[in-house]
Amino acid sequence: MTMTLLVARRLLHAFLLILAVLVLNFLLIHMAPGDPADVIAGEMGGATEEMMADIRKTYGLDKPVYVQLGVYLTRALQGDLGQSFFYNAPVLDLVASRAGPTILLVATALLFAIFVGTLLGVIASHKPKGFVSGLVTVVSVIGYSAPIFWTGMMLVILFAWVYPIFPIANMYDITKSGGFFGRVIDILYHLILPSLTLGIVYLAQYARLTRASMLEILGSDYIRTARAKGVAEVKVYGHHALRNAVLPVVTIAGLQFGSIISGAVLVETVFSWPGLGTLAFESILARDYPTILGILFFSSLLVIVANLITDFVYRLVDPRIRTGG
Amino acid sequence: MTTVENSQDIVQSQSPWREAARAFRQSWAGMLGMLILILVILFTFAGPFFYPVDPFEIVWAPLTPPGAAEQAPLGTDYLGRDILAGLINGGPATLFVGLVAGIITITIGILVGAFAGFYRGMVDEFLMRVTEFFQVLPALLFAMVLVTLFTPTIYVVSLAIGIVSWPTTARLTRAEFLRIRNLEYVNAARSIGARNRRIIWRVILPNALAPLIVAATLTIGIAILFEAGLSFLGLGDPNVFSWGLMIGSGREYILDGWWVVTLPGFMIFLTVLGFSLVGDGLNDAFNPKLRER
Repeated sequence: MTMTLLVARRLLHAFLLILAVLVLNFLLIHMAPGDPADVIAGEMGGATEEMMADIRKTYGLDKPVYVQLGVYLTRALQGDLGQSFFYNAPVLDLVASRAGPTILLVATALLFAIFVGTLLGVIASHKPKGFVSGLVTVVSVIGYSAPIFWTGMMLVILFAWVYPIFPIANMYDITKSGGFFGRVIDILYHLILPSLTLGIVYLAQYARLTRASMLEILGSDYIRTARAKGVAEVKVYGHHALRNAVLPVVTIAGLQFGSIISGAVLVETVFSWPGLGTLAFESILARDYPTILGILFFSSLLVIVANLITDFVYRLVDPRIRTGG
Repeated sequence: MTTVENSQDIVQSQSPWREAARAFRQSWAGMLGMLILILVILFTFAGPFFYPVDPFEIVWAPLTPPGAAEQAPLGTDYLGRDILAGLINGGPATLFVGLVAGIITITIGILVGAFAGFYRGMVDEFLMRVTEFFQVLPALLFAMVLVTLFTPTIYVVSLAIGIVSWPTTARLTRAEFLRIRNLEYVNAARSIGARNRRIIWRVILPNALAPLIVAATLTIGIAILFEAGLSFLGLGDPNVFSWGLMIGSGREYILDGWWVVTLPGFMIFLTVLGFSLVGDGLNDAFNPKLRER
């Protein structure tokens, strides 16, 4: 199959998934108890009759359901995700203004987890019963079992009282000035604890995964061949083994992207990180349904894009898939 | 005529289940997990008999630290309610949500995975597309939407967690069914005229059960974490006392009193740790090949 055809197929697939998410959003509004107009207006403490009539007209609620679905899909694909009555702004603008911090947080945490996790996994595979191996197992079991917001809160308590060296809330310090670079450094400084909290769970999982696949690969024939012909041990690990051991990590990281976004929602709430998660939290308190559904749609979009990227990275790392063999 | 003189000559056949049970007893992770779960269950179900304090009752000054007052050994929350009483009485609801959500997850997952893996072709294609669709939605956000649109009772919360978490189980079940469906004993069953329904539930499923039991154990832990996350965001059942409710209501006070959220969070951590370790132990027990690692 040619590359162009493959890309086209992937993109069509992604588009269909996006459509499906929009249909789900539409169904959710209609499945909720009460008139969709109530749902859209939210529990704003009594929208006036004119406002309700206005909502019914804008959303075409007086027309048959399939016409409504058509209207909804057309609007959404044109970028109109509705109006937030709580923030009094278009949902698209709200989501767009909060997407950056979330993407920054998730990307930092993920890259941190993949790099450090793989590294720890390789070190652990060198001595399967050594200290690092034991540490990786313990941290992964604990990281898997602790509620992520709880870990975050423990860090907040630790760094608020015991070692007050890292900021525990917000994305930057408004009182600080220092030009563009000063701001960038300040944001990175504020990013440390949230991304550590989010990343550590996955770091331990990737380390465990890398260790397991490294152990399997190190026992295989071609590694014995490499060693027999005198390849340096560093090269055996880094060049021969790691390249294959990293494949499962890429697969799992791609599959987990949705759960990382879920984790980000909680981490953002703990650290008052001004991303989609805090927006979701605030709009749920306000029962602002159009915003919540907009966030669900946008974050699903992020997952779809991440899956596409994983797919291509995978092709890049593993030539066997490229040839389709 | 010969009789068996010595009963020791009879070779006792070992069922794989008994073999696995023996291996489980030898796994330190599994036994530690069991111990933790038993202690948590004893603490939360037998606790009220030894410490009969109403978790809703205001017993002392708000935000009293642990050890500062005899009336509240583990301190009080922002209203002055006893934390220890809360830890004891908050367990059953959290465990209930974990179990119910876990059962819903496993049931949907096995149904979808079994049909996809057994029938293959169009059925598989369709069901896997649906599974993929559910995996694209960030689970916690989807659960948040479901709980917000409907009322947050423990039943809605359990159902919402089940609806968002089944895809992993479905994929696992499908993979097992794909592996087993062409094995000889399945062909043998088919050759004596067993119907599809019988082959799916009576022939293939029992042989796919080992990894599914491990998955089910882990699923309960994940469901408990989900419930905790939803409660932390204020989406738990406000009328049922649970660890999640304690966390949700204490969230704003962590800098005034670390114990308010730390302690119920620790109970959730212990419970999930128990389920994860038991899952690890079962995994070791069912996969002898993995034991050496």
